[in-house]
Amino acid sequence: MADPIDDKLRAKHKAYWRANLKILAALLGVWFFSSYVLGIMMADQLNNYKVPGTEFPVGFWFAQQGSIYIFVALIVIYTKLMDQLDARFDVAE
Amino acid sequence: MTVQSWTLLIVGITFALYIAIAVWSRAGSTKEFYVAGGGVPPIANGMATAADWMSAASFISMAGIISFAGYDGSVYLMGWTGGYVLLALLLAPYLRKFGKFTVPDFVGDRYYSGTARIVAVVCAIFVSFTYVAGQMRGVGVVFSRFLEVDITVGVMIGMAMVFFYAVLGGMKGITYTQVAQYVILIFAFMVPAIFISFLLTGHVIPQIGFGAPLGGEIGSQIADGQNISLLAKLDGLHEELGFAAYTDGSKSMLDILCITAALMVGTAGLPHVIVRFYTVPKVRDARVSAGWALLFIAILYTTAPAVAAFARTNLIHTVNEAPYAEQIDGAVPEWFRKWEDTGLLAWVDKNNDGKIQYRAGKPFDGKPAFSAGDGAHGQRLVSNEPSANENELYIDRDIMVLANPEIAKLPAWLIALVAAGALAAALSTAAGLLLVVSTAISHDLLKRTLMPEISDKHELLAARIAAAGAVLVAGYFGINPPGFVAQVVAFAFGLAASTFFPAIILGIFTKRANREGVVSGMLVGLAFTSAYIVYFKFMGGSPDDYLLGISPEGIGTIGMFINFGVAGVVSMLTPPPPQEVQDIVEAIRIPAGAGEAGDAH
Repeated sequence: MADPIDDKLRAKHKAYWRANLKILAALLGVWFFSSYVLGIMMADQLNNYKVPGTEFPVGFWFAQQGSIYIFVALIVIYTKLMDQLDARFDVAE
Repeated sequence: MTVQSWTLLIVGITFALYIAIAVWSRAGSTKEFYVAGGGVPPIANGMATAADWMSAASFISMAGIISFAGYDGSVYLMGWTGGYVLLALLLAPYLRKFGKFTVPDFVGDRYYSGTARIVAVVCAIFVSFTYVAGQMRGVGVVFSRFLEVDITVGVMIGMAMVFFYAVLGGMKGITYTQVAQYVILIFAFMVPAIFISFLLTGHVIPQIGFGAPLGGEIGSQIADGQNISLLAKLDGLHEELGFAAYTDGSKSMLDILCITAALMVGTAGLPHVIVRFYTVPKVRDARVSAGWALLFIAILYTTAPAVAAFARTNLIHTVNEAPYAEQIDGAVPEWFRKWEDTGLLAWVDKNNDGKIQYRAGKPFDGKPAFSAGDGAHGQRLVSNEPSANENELYIDRDIMVLANPEIAKLPAWLIALVAAGALAAALSTAAGLLLVVSTAISHDLLKRTLMPEISDKHELLAARIAAAGAVLVAGYFGINPPGFVAQVVAFAFGLAASTFFPAIILGIFTKRANREGVVSGMLVGLAFTSAYIVYFKFMGGSPDDYLLGISPEGIGTIGMFINFGVAGVVSMLTPPPPQEVQDIVEAIRIPAGAGEAGDAH
């Protein structure tokens, strides 16, 4: 078990996992904010404003349109970030 | 050509296509039957996942529900799409790395426990049957409305179709038929939406027309010379007629938060969705295909609320204060009487003025009971006791999407296309669910629990027999729907949220979560959530007694937190999992070395 190569690999995998968790935390923060905060908790206040160039009340738009666009973007960004991370730590298949 | 012959033609062509694909993609091994051999390209898997996910409910009912609920309907939009973010980030890549075939496989192996596996199998079968009964019913309804056959005959035709390609092709057959079904259903949803958007706002993109001023052929009539946005007009109409404002909710904020969360987490925990990510070749493909899946789903899910608002505005404008009798100028159009014939729409002339008053509140209690003979204006008479309010119109929300093309006076072939799209949505989801049931029986129950010595050939035969059996059971429920199908959907999401989701998350993100902790967490979550739903949905519990005002649809969120809490505490008080299980956790966190699904055997 005390094989130095094995230990090194373990340390690398640990660092990879920590970096992965950071990416998840950041993206899930945006996920939470766009739907729960903008689309629900602050919807009433935001509904006093319109989405520029349209007639959408802002809170309503986040709840029925905006959050969904953001979700799609989040997965695309996640895929790109993980590609980079996999390459950096040399753990890609 | 009439709508009916167009429907026959288009539905016939699509069915022939599904059969051709099924014959071409027969499964030859259990690996092909369970996970399509693990060789599906990510974009195809994305389409298949989208078709699998978007059911008769998404296609037919969702826009209708939003149309009547306004802002409150947002819970479905955010809930059923936001779940894919959780799937892509927290589940799909790691489960793909784990390999194997099913969700109970993961639960059983990660928690080194036959009990955990059986609990997962029972939940998977229950959740899937709950869902599939509704799909078969949807097939029957579409057949009876558009081809004028009996609902029973419609369900049987649907059963025969699913039987053919699910039993023969397994996951491989289902995947490639679902790709075709996605294309058909999205086309059938988008084309009428584009037409209606153009008629009401002059914009061809529904997502833009949704937030634009009224315009176009019908829109300018509704605006009546004013320069007013569709949403402002709709809010105004709602206020005038006594409804809550369309862009503002009437549910409590906590309830909205809990329902959205339960639907998101439930989506991420549904076995028929998770299993789709076992079908791609690599971990990276699992991430990419989740992105494709959500993109394909988002096309429908961002259009549906637009359709809802268009349909609502057009409905109020067309129907309210319109005379019923055909010979009078400005009478309600033909579709009104046609849907009245199906019993999904009814009118009681409370003030005897011959005009339809559409107001907030129910016109009478329950569904309409029609009595013999016609009323003074030729309408079908309803024997229900009228309520005290002024509303005279009963309208089933499922009408919205199906009647929309007629309401907007679209050509016959388009109406037929909508029928084919609804069938594609229902059949693709039914097939995916039936596969989960058959896999749970032949793989999790037979191969992994009762008869570990069974050969691949026999396991494949067992899977086919189980799939055939599941089709028959589903068909039975489609023909004799239990009265509680609608309520049971809350169950499916609540259970997925309060059992599978915490178990899988803890299994990936902690090494310390052990058998004792997770099994007790799942059981407590299951017991709490089902007790709450059963009490309020089936035993007549009053909404006044809701815990913190949270409705049964949202209680899965609380069940999930309880599950996490119990699992955490019990895990800390009992011995950690064995070293080889901790090694599995280490391994699934690193993409390298995934191999194809099933090689871990």
